[in-house]
Parts: sequence; structure tokens; C-alpha cells
Amino acid sequence: MIRIPCPFCGLRNCDEFVNKGESKRRPAVGAASREEWRAYLYDRVNPEGWVRERWYHRAGCRRYIKVERHTFTNEIRRSEPAGT
Amino acid sequence: MSATFDTAVGIRRLPGQVGEVIDRCSPLTFTWNTRSYQAFKGDTIVSALLASNVTVFSRSFKYHRPRGVLTASFLDPGCTFQVGDEPNVRGAHRRVEPGMVIRAQNGWPSLRYDVKSVNQLVGRFLGPGFYYKTFMRPERLWPVYEQVLKRFASGGKVSVDSDRGYYDKRYAHPDVLVAGGGPAGIAAALSAAERGAEVLLVEEEYELGGHLRWGGQASRSALAELRAAVAGHPGIEVLTNSVVTGRYDDNWVAVMQRRDPELPGGGFGPAGSPVRERLVKARAGVLVVAPGLVERPYVFEGNDRPGVLLSTAARRLINLWAVKPGERAVVFTANADGDEAVSDLERVGVEVAEVVDARRGGDVVRATGGRNGALSAVVLGDGTKIDCDVLVTAVGWTAPTSLLNMAGDKPVYEPRAARFLPGGGLPDTVLVAGGIAGDGSLGELVAHARVVGATAAARAAGVADPAAASHSPALRLDEHPALFRGRTHGMVDFSEDVSSKDLVAAAREGYDSIELMKRYTTATMGPSQGKLETVNAVAVLSEVTGRTIEETGTTVWRPPYAPISLGALGGRILEPVRRSPMQPWHEAHGARSLVAGQWVRPDHYGDPESEVLTVRERVGIIDVTPLGKLDLRGPDVPDLLNLLYVNKWSKLAIGGVRYGVMCAEDGVVLDDGVTGRLGEEHYVMSTTSSGAATVWEWVEGWLQTEHPDWRVHVTPVSTAFASVNIAGPRSRDLLARVCSDVDLAGDAFPYMHVRSGTVADVPGCWMWRIGFTGELSYEVHVPASYGLHVWEALLIEGEDLGVCAFGVEAQRIMRLEKGHLIVGQDTDGLTKAFGAGLDWLVKLDKVDFAGKPELVWQEREEYPRLVGLQPEDPAIVPPESSLLVEGNRIVGRVTSSRHSPTLRRSICLGFLDSELAFAGTGVTVLLPDARRIRARVTQHLAHFDPEGVHLRG
Repeated sequence: MIRIPCPFCGLRNCDEFVNKGESKRRPAVGAASREEWRAYLYDRVNPEGWVRERWYHRAGCRRYIKVERHTFTNEIRRSEPAGT
Repeated sequence: MSATFDTAVGIRRLPGQVGEVIDRCSPLTFTWNTRSYQAFKGDTIVSALLASNVTVFSRSFKYHRPRGVLTASFLDPGCTFQVGDEPNVRGAHRRVEPGMVIRAQNGWPSLRYDVKSVNQLVGRFLGPGFYYKTFMRPERLWPVYEQVLKRFASGGKVSVDSDRGYYDKRYAHPDVLVAGGGPAGIAAALSAAERGAEVLLVEEEYELGGHLRWGGQASRSALAELRAAVAGHPGIEVLTNSVVTGRYDDNWVAVMQRRDPELPGGGFGPAGSPVRERLVKARAGVLVVAPGLVERPYVFEGNDRPGVLLSTAARRLINLWAVKPGERAVVFTANADGDEAVSDLERVGVEVAEVVDARRGGDVVRATGGRNGALSAVVLGDGTKIDCDVLVTAVGWTAPTSLLNMAGDKPVYEPRAARFLPGGGLPDTVLVAGGIAGDGSLGELVAHARVVGATAAARAAGVADPAAASHSPALRLDEHPALFRGRTHGMVDFSEDVSSKDLVAAAREGYDSIELMKRYTTATMGPSQGKLETVNAVAVLSEVTGRTIEETGTTVWRPPYAPISLGALGGRILEPVRRSPMQPWHEAHGARSLVAGQWVRPDHYGDPESEVLTVRERVGIIDVTPLGKLDLRGPDVPDLLNLLYVNKWSKLAIGGVRYGVMCAEDGVVLDDGVTGRLGEEHYVMSTTSSGAATVWEWVEGWLQTEHPDWRVHVTPVSTAFASVNIAGPRSRDLLARVCSDVDLAGDAFPYMHVRSGTVADVPGCWMWRIGFTGELSYEVHVPASYGLHVWEALLIEGEDLGVCAFGVEAQRIMRLEKGHLIVGQDTDGLTKAFGAGLDWLVKLDKVDFAGKPELVWQEREEYPRLVGLQPEDPAIVPPESSLLVEGNRIVGRVTSSRHSPTLRRSICLGFLDSELAFAGTGVTVLLPDARRIRARVTQHLAHFDPEGVHLRG
């Protein structure tokens, strides 16, 4: 079980968090085609390597955070509040 | 002792041995397959049975060959028993207890006469892949095959009535966790603890010491010293009868701690602790892997006969449990441990007929058996046949590298030592000590382990590594002959009954990579999980392919290293339930409770239908505290509401309330509820009871990620308020008796409005005029600590109005009469807003809201639609989830159904294909008992008062 450095709470067990998946930019509503919108809903790159993810510290500060994690080594090189 | 013992009781028990772990002053009695046997405290099930000359413990998995003792340890593949209600007990590990009822698991109809052993006769038809090849076609017969095959498969029996037992979990944060309590593990633990580390020392057996326990005088005195040092060190916590089952990211280490009846509280704390097993979740600074080595069986014809056993098994039986393995032995040895076995056997009076030394070219070719299948003679490499009842083999060691693999290392095969060694790919936080790291004298292994322990302590503390500075005494590697299979074919996987012949056949069929061979033959997939058989399987494959063992490689070792019971994984039930402040009143007044969305709630107080009629005719009150409530404040709340809900919120006046539905970004209905405006920048949102947490998280998600600039503050207040819904034609009269500072007149406080005021002298209450039940009703939210007070005040004040308390069931009946859907009951993870009869609510002219693009596209498409349904026979209530069919075609389903006391007939809501979803259409309902009944689609979703006259009264 990996540990995640929460920018508000420090290093915590990952079972305090909920993984909300790869960070996605929400397409502009009204301009988005079906393909773009459904790519936003369902497509995930899932690379072997660095990925930018969103996590929610459900059993902690209840903040959404942005995390850069390596999917093979589980190393985390960056963690910051979402919406920054 | 009045029980009749087997005549052979104790005939193999030796006189006192110096290192024995049995207590001869504490005899006990147990049952094996309906007969009574005697044992001493400290005996394992198998040592006790062997002492009484019981030598066959099970029938093998596939060919039903008799099996005896092989390793005399946890891994022993033929010694798995049913103990009382508990299946698959490792009998060569588990200590026998007074009164234990032990049965053989895999002998049908009995161990002695096993009809399935005909499989042996047809063995040549039971080659690898036999089941796949034979039982695949025709597919429709598979259920028949399954029934037959089940009788042939092994495994114990689980009774649904068994005591579930008490399983627990624990979190630990040791600086250093040592896996393995042999001399190296102990030395590493001591050295780390001496440098201030907190150490968790985990040993699979019941006591520390590893092989020192069955060694000679020098071993025993070294062990005594080590044990005394551990006992004297407060920095070391020892867990015995425990095993490290896995190493995961960031040194998260799972330890399975099993009960030891000899320890206070079974090893789980104070005496009387009921814990059976405990899963320790340890976050270790550094993990030291010191599991020792596992002795490997030799592959030759008859190597699985009872009487053929490993040198460690023979030495453990003699020295730990004082059991004589047999009368006349042949020893096949390739190393010092085999030689030690010869001395042990001779010392206790076993006639050693022949020592076959592999180092001088000796070999065994065949073990032959008598009528009962047990060993009777051994044929050697030179053709000599020697009568014997014991064959001890000592052909080499397997390094149990599981934890290293789990830490990312790829162990490498060292031909000189004929075993795998760590591959150098370990992270800094995982170290190795003992036999898995190399060879040496006891002194050298201990010295090496002490340096490893010091390094571990330093790394855990984040200080300079002393090993880097000092001269670390690296362990040497002794030469060992490479012995895997002899001239004949024999058993490779004793658990799965896979022979070397099977592996050769599989390789010839094309399964010539070790991973494919494993899956095709199931070799290494049985209970011992490769510890005894992987290297032999690799060696046999190498023979066939002409590759080396290094080239062939091994299968990947995955967690768990040892079996974990489901009970330990589940642990205690720690799911919290919530109770409203009025719950004690409900329980004192005969409420039947249910748990919904983590809340304990009154389902009804005895007669839900009469509760419905009271509300419809007079007035009732229901505890709706579990409703989700979010307090929203700030100037940008209208923007937030417009984003969250499918309908419009910009023009909600202060005091106004609206119903809203939320859809996820894929257009599926997520939640619903009402939101009211209490002040200029103050709104309160209600959600469903079960959706409260999800909606809060979702709202925070929008605010924190998409719109961090919006000035909105969200506070969950679900439990800060107790909530009571007052419903029925007399609800206004009732509320007026306890509230004097709000004008309740119909035009002053109309339907879909909210007011703040004082209720039963409690200020700061919110009153919502809304109506889930379809009646005139007020939902009153009061500060939680006054919930019970207000509840009781309403009952007292309303006595002459005929007020009654009603529960969830009555409310569900009334909302169904009224055609109000419940998100999650009448909708599911695929329900679109347009199908759920919410078309009137969706405002596609809004610039943006969650799920809008999908709803735009959905509006043009056809979906099953939510409809009201009434069975033609008003007495039949189709169970929820009954299918709606046309012939054999499914056209919908019933989502809610009840008998309506108001209408005196059955009523339903359901989803129906859009081409049939019109008022008056007849549909067929398929009941679970296969009856088909007719029902009619109603004009409105509401079966009762579709115009809302009652609601607006």
C-alpha cells in the first residue's frame, strides 16, 4: 500500500484517499463533439510511467489534490491542491 | 482414561530427547476418524498420530495415492485435515489440543479403502490437461461433470452453522521487521534493537530457533543464549505462529498471526482473549528477510509413498517430538544435514541399512511399496534392493524468495550451490540474512546477520550506514550437487499430484515455458504454492528443452506466502451505524428497525398500512433525520445550483423551495432532493439519505477542481439537525400548536416554501412545506439535541388530533401511491433523466450543467420509460424486480410494488420499453414462480391524487 503526501496533512496511507483517476480537462459544454465528450468520460491513457492524477482525501482533510505518480514504481514526485 | 485407545498407542514414541517440545506430564486425548488417540501437550496432530503408528494421513489430489509425512512442517502436502468445523488445517504444524476431533479430508469413502484409487490404474489417461480435454464438450453436460468431479476433489467441509469466531486486525509501525526467527533472524533483530530500533520479529513456528531446535548440543546452547537475549530486550516484540504473507509498496508488510493456545490470551493480549487470528498490517522502516531454506524433495519413482521423507522431517520428528520415523532406514544424502540425520536415526535405535551418498555417485531409483502403498524397499542406482520402512532424502535446498520477488528483486540461479540467490534488485529498505543470503558456519551466519540488523536500524533511523564503513563479512557459497530428478519419473507437485512424466508430456505438447506449463499442469499451484516443487518443475522442464535452469527461469512468486483465512481478511465488523436522537423512542414503542444508508431507522411500529391510513385521514409524524442536508452559503450559490441540478435556480426567491434532480456527466440520474433559500446568500440543500456522502463529495469536487473561484462554502449538517415530517390533512393544525412565530396560513406559507422559526420552544428550526407522501406536510428540522423533545411534544400536542408515528414502510407506500420515484430504487446506474419521467425538469437552454451534453443527445433518443402499473388482479403484488415480458422478450421490469391501503389494490412503478409506455397499454408481468399476470399502464405515475389537491391543501 503506497503512501501519498497530502499537501495539507502530510504523508498518509493511500487507503485514506479515493483515486479519482487521471486529471482530465472538462471540454467546453456546447462546443464538444460526442467523441470529445465521451473521451472525457471514458478514455484513460493508463501509461506505464508518470501520470497526473486527482485524489480525494476522504478520510482526512476532504480536499481534492493533484498528484504526479509513476504507475510502475509508485513514486510520487509532486502533490498539490487541486484547482491551483 | 476410560476411552479405548488404539492398540498401537505410543509404540513409536522415543524416550526423552534433550530438545523435545512435548510435555510428558500433560497427556491428552483426541479423536482421529472416530477413534481415540493419546498425545502429549506440544505434539502436532501428525507427531501424535505417528507416535501411535498412524502413517497414512490422506489420499492424494488426483490419483488418490496414500500419503504420509514428508516435511513434518506447515508445508507438508499430505497432512491437511478437517478439525471440527475448520477445514484445511495443516496437521504437521497445528498443535493437537485436548478433545480435538480430527478427520481425514481426502479419503472417500475411507482412508483405507479409497475407491477413487482406481484413478491410479487409469493414471495413464489422467495426464496433464485431462480435465480440460475430457470435460469440455458437450458444454451442456458440464453441470453433470461438475457434480461428479466435486466428489473427487479434496478440501474440507465448511458448515454454515460454524461458529464464525473472532478475527482481528492490528496496525504496527516497527522500525525493523524481521521475517523469520531462526538464528539469523534473531541475530538481526537483536543487533537492530541494540541500536535503538523497535523490532517486530515474526516466526512461522511456535517458537524461535529455526534449525537450531533440532540440532546437537552446540546448537541448543547457542539457541538458549539467543532466546535469552531476545527475552531480555524490550525493543523486540516476538510474534510466533505468525507468518509474513506479503510485502507491498513502501514496505507495507502483511503478517498473519495465528492463535497459540499455550500463550496468554493465545498470543493476543490478556488471558481470555477470544481472537482466533489477527492480520497485522505493518509499515516497516526496513524489512529483513530471513526465512532460512526449504528442503527439496527428490524426484524418483515412488517418492510420494508413506515412509519417504526429508532429512529435516526425520530430524524434527526425532528431536522435537521424540517420534521414531520407522525401524529400518535408508538415507540418501548429498549434504551435512543428511549426514546429521544418519546420526540422529542411529542414536535413537533406527537401523540404518544403507547410507547412499550422492557426493560419491550414489542414487536411488525406485521406492517400492507393500499392499497398503507404504514403503517396503528401495532400489538403488546399482540395482541393489534394500528392504526398509523409511527412506530419508537430503538432496538440497530451495530458497523461499517470495518476499524478495514481491519487493521487485529477480533472484538468480547459482549452479554451484544449486539454488537461487537474491538478484541484487532489492530496494534499500529490504535486506536479507541467513541461508537465503549464503552459506556459513553458525557463527558466520550470526555475525553476518548482526551487520544486516545494524544496517537495518541505521536505514530505518535515516542515519549513516555502518555496514558501508565497516567490513561486512559477506557470506560464502558452498558447493552443492545439483540433484532434482533421478533416472525414473516421480512426483514433482505432491499437492496437485503432478509427476515429472506429466511435465514432460506437457512440454512435448508445446507448453514449454515454465509459466505455461504451470497453468496447464497446475504444478506449483497447490497449497504449498511452489515452495517444495517449483525448482524441481523448472529442472524437469530444462531437461526436456535442453536449456539450463537459469535460461528456463522460475514462475513469479506472488502473495500470499502462506494461506490467509477469509476471517482474518474480514476482521471484526467495524461498520458504524447511525442513530437519530429519536431512535430510543422508536425502540421503546415497538419499532421494527431496518438499516438504510448506515442509519438504523424504524421500518414500522407494527402495522404500516394503518399508519398510512392515519396519515391520509388525520396526521402522522415520521423521523426523517437521515435526510442529507448541506448548508450552502455565499454569493455564488445560484451558479453552483445551476451547475449541479438539471433545472433552473437563478430566480429562487428567499423563502422559496424547489425540487431538483442531479445527473452525473454521463447523463445518469445521481440524486434528487429539495433546496430552499433561507436568506440572501444562505441556501439549504437536501439529498437522499443514502446519497448524502456522495453528493457532498461531488459538490466539493466541482468547487475545488472546476470552480475554485466561486465563493461558496459547503457545510454538511445532516447530523446537526434532527428532522421530523408532519404529514396529513391535520398537519397544519398540529404544527400551529407548537409554533407561534410563523404564519402557517395557506397563502402566507404556501406549498414549496421554507420558513425559520421556533418549534416547541426550540428556536432556530427550519420548516419546509413539501410533500413526499402526497399530503399536506411540513418537514421540521430542529437542532439535533432537541430532536426527541420536539418529537414528544408533537405526539402530546397532537393526541386529540389522532396523531401517530409512522415508519419508512408507510412512507414508501405513500410515495408509491403518489408516484414519487426513489433514486437508487426506481433508478439504477443506467437510468437516464428523460426515461425517468423527469423531462419537465430538464432545462436544456441553460448554458451549462453537469451532464448537459449527454442530456442534449439523449433527448432525441428512445429509452425505457418509468410508468405506473396496476395489475388486473388487485390482490397480486408482483415482487420488485419482476420482469415485464411480451412472449419471451423482456420489455421492462417492476421497480417498486406495494399493496395500497388507500386504493385497496396493488400498485407498481416500473420501467417499460418506450413503444409500450402509454396509458392503458396491457403488459404481462412474469412472477418469480413463473406465473404470468396482466397489468395495465396507468395515466400518471401517481396512483393517488395526481392533481395534487391534498398536497396544496
